[in-house]
Amino acid sequence: MKDLNEFLIKRDNNNYEVVIGLEVHAQVTSNSKLFSSSSTKFGAEPNTQVSLVDAAFPGMLPVINEFCVKQAIKTGIGLKAQINKKSVFDRKNYFYADLPQGYQISQYKHPIVGEGKVILDMPNGQKEIGIERLHLEQDAGKSIHDIDPNSTLVDLNRSGVALMEIVSKPDLRSPDEVNVYIKKLRSIMRYLGTCDGNMQEGSLRADVNVSVRKKGETTFGTRCEIKNVNSIKFMQMAIIFEANRQVDLIEEGKSIDQETRLFDIKKNETRSMRSKEDAHDYRYFPDPDLLPLEVTDKFIDDIRSEIPELPDEKKKRFIEKFKLTHYEATILVSDIETSKYFEEVIKDADVKLSTNWITGELFAVLNEKSLEISQSPISAINLSKLINLIKDGTISGKIAKTVFEEMIVGDQDPQKIIEAKGLKQESDPKALEELIEKVIQNNADKVAEYKSGKGKLFGFFVGQAMKESKGKGNPQLINKILKEKLNG
Amino acid sequence: MTEITDLTLNEIVTNIKKKKISSTEVTKSFVERSEKSKKLNVYITENFSSAIEQAKKFDENPNYELKLPGIPIAVKDLFCTDGIKTTAGSKILNNFIPTYESTVTQNIWDQGGILLGKLNCDEFAMGSSNETSFFGNVQNPIGENLVPGGSSGGSSAALAANLTPVTIGTDTGGSIRQPASFTGTVGLKPTYGSCSRFGIVAFASSLDQAGPMTKNVKDCATLLEVISSFDKKDSTSIDFKRNNYSSELTKNIKGKKIGIPKEYRVDGMPLEIESLWSKGIEYIKNCGAEIIDISLPHTKYALPTYYIVAPAEASSNLARYDGVKYGFRSLGENLIDMYEKTRSEGFGEEVKRRIMIGTYVLSSGYYDAYYLKAQKVRQLIKKDFDDAYKKVDAILTPSTPSSAFKIAEKTNDPVSMYLNDIFTVPVNLAGLPGISLPAGVDKNGYPLGLQIIGKPFDEQSILNIAYSMEEKINFKNKITNWWM
Repeated sequence: MKDLNEFLIKRDNNNYEVVIGLEVHAQVTSNSKLFSSSSTKFGAEPNTQVSLVDAAFPGMLPVINEFCVKQAIKTGIGLKAQINKKSVFDRKNYFYADLPQGYQISQYKHPIVGEGKVILDMPNGQKEIGIERLHLEQDAGKSIHDIDPNSTLVDLNRSGVALMEIVSKPDLRSPDEVNVYIKKLRSIMRYLGTCDGNMQEGSLRADVNVSVRKKGETTFGTRCEIKNVNSIKFMQMAIIFEANRQVDLIEEGKSIDQETRLFDIKKNETRSMRSKEDAHDYRYFPDPDLLPLEVTDKFIDDIRSEIPELPDEKKKRFIEKFKLTHYEATILVSDIETSKYFEEVIKDADVKLSTNWITGELFAVLNEKSLEISQSPISAINLSKLINLIKDGTISGKIAKTVFEEMIVGDQDPQKIIEAKGLKQESDPKALEELIEKVIQNNADKVAEYKSGKGKLFGFFVGQAMKESKGKGNPQLINKILKEKLNG
Repeated sequence: MTEITDLTLNEIVTNIKKKKISSTEVTKSFVERSEKSKKLNVYITENFSSAIEQAKKFDENPNYELKLPGIPIAVKDLFCTDGIKTTAGSKILNNFIPTYESTVTQNIWDQGGILLGKLNCDEFAMGSSNETSFFGNVQNPIGENLVPGGSSGGSSAALAANLTPVTIGTDTGGSIRQPASFTGTVGLKPTYGSCSRFGIVAFASSLDQAGPMTKNVKDCATLLEVISSFDKKDSTSIDFKRNNYSSELTKNIKGKKIGIPKEYRVDGMPLEIESLWSKGIEYIKNCGAEIIDISLPHTKYALPTYYIVAPAEASSNLARYDGVKYGFRSLGENLIDMYEKTRSEGFGEEVKRRIMIGTYVLSSGYYDAYYLKAQKVRQLIKKDFDDAYKKVDAILTPSTPSSAFKIAEKTNDPVSMYLNDIFTVPVNLAGLPGISLPAGVDKNGYPLGLQIIGKPFDEQSILNIAYSMEEKINFKNKITNWWM
């Protein structure tokens, strides 16, 4: 069967498949750095969060931050990965002005986390993406080239901040899968509280490895690595450009050089940064200032016991327990805050209505105002009240929308809005009967037409009755009474 | 007449505690003698007037409970000292003033010690004769134009010349024990992990250890007791129960088993070293200990292993001296040019040689053949000792294959210079404690040392063995004050 979602690059006679692997650099959520006690707070004045260790003063020594180790292990568990009880910190040696030690402390041969997996929900079903490894490493500082025309300035606030490098297997096949993969990874880490996933602040970046091959081939083509891309959109653009560039080279009978490339967001193109021949020789070797990192089974088990319900499990529960559709559940669990909000609302409100209101009205407002659900103008408790007012017939769905609009301003209690504005639904059969009588009397001609067979006119009477009730009439009752009167 | 400066640390401490002399008198004596000894070139940075001020303060409010009550001490310029220039003997740190204190020196100040000054050493502790220092040669007080050993050459010379009652050095491949041997003094390299490396300018992290350098074994025990401590700021520091080395010091070594490794009888070793060793064996027997022949089969690989591991670590440790953040900077056209000029001008020949060796052995394609293999051999060397210690309590060897040599005699022959470390490097590779004890003189009257190597964390045993031998040897250093 043809897969409609398959991403192929087409040329006259050939279809090319794109093979993508990601090295995601995720900043560990931690108050202090990987090997020093400096703060990691974002946005501080340059060089105000730098210890003697971070600036590599003579005689300074790294001391591992146990919390960062826990965070890495927690993430590993979230990725259903092998946790290595013994791992080793290595030095990756290179010179750069924003790398004070002249080496980055990283994990090379023995990472803290081994193979794992991430499940993607794609439109045509689920897909498993393999995780090759996760290791801990230090971030470098920042070189700033555009403040002083004659000098490069260096900000070491980021120097030594803990990063998790999460390396996927080359299992991704399209920009869409990359989008879903990054979002899923971010979602898992946010559930775990191990990375805030904030791409604007650089908490999540990726090196993107891209190669192409003719559809049906089983060996991989030569790959290029696109360095340090910091948004999903740019990753997708870079992949599309790079894959096409490689396909063009192959079509022209040329070969692809294994190299490191940069993505230029202004020109929407990738450019060669350095070839394999020019590749750095990082001279990795175990850092003699640090002993191998050894953790006990108990240490790992204690972390495991703190693992919250993760998106995949939560989704399963939502589907089974609340009878949500796969689609609804996927949306509601994608972000931990959304799932929390949902569970708060349904504590004592109808699940089906809650699902519709959250994914419909609420999401629309959040989208429009560019807000996260944690910043929602309507609290879960008030939305839950509104849904109950619909459910018990106090207001109609239509009136509820009016009330909802009012609630946005200042997160007001829907009950109070209804009282203040007199929006309570008219469900007294006697009052409605009077009102309907009036409509029938005023529209004798239409009644005749209806009775002579023009059944479509029923809607007209409902509308008139609603209008007469100033929109407050209970629609079910109006329907019922009208039918009795007109058909009787 | 005995001068204050002739006294041992313990003698001075006793006199201060008995209020026979004041810290100010002691400090002034060492300052005055130091002032008259500029020709030895032991100081890189003098702290004389400040030291006298601190001594006066101590005398105003003395605390005799301390282990080093108002004792002036000069230290190797590899220890970072808060507010006082710390150069590591290099041009590249010529203007560097730390804002922090090394743990080892802090331990000394906490026990009442007073900083007398910063002592000359080989550049980044790379050398065996103190000839690689940017601040020039150090003269050995034993004889004119003799090297004092290295890398702690300023320390050994200052100590032998009575310019400081005790001192501290660092030992990566013999840098405490070899200069001690060359100057007729006692030097101890503790077990790796005993003394914190925090605040010591790093040479080779897996080998570096600070240690005491003293005039006798008792002083050595006292100073080790002060400087050895568990330190959370050094991840390789080890939390073991440290003895009260000085009060537990005993000359009773009856029944101790001392190993004599046959592999230390190297080709071309001078006869006088051979006979010194034999004498040492006799002394030990006379002390009631038992002599056992042992084998340390991988000894011959120790030196090449060391000269791969140490430069590899050094090449990375010294990458931070790049002109960007502190220290010497040479202007360049661009970043790379600045790096090249700064490091070419800022480092001396020996340091550059070792950076190049280290960079080479870690390079892709060579890593397995050199660095990885060296690490494997290092494990074998360590295992040799582990096996030996199933049979013996300590091991006796010569400290060095020769006595002090002339200045400039070996500077053009690095390999011959490296051979000086042949008996000391295996101890660093295995992380063991070792002490060098003056035991005799050669035909020129230059001192020769014997080395006692102990089990990990068993500094007490080697101190005890040295203490009992010291009495039998009764070595007297002949210092003629030729430089005055």
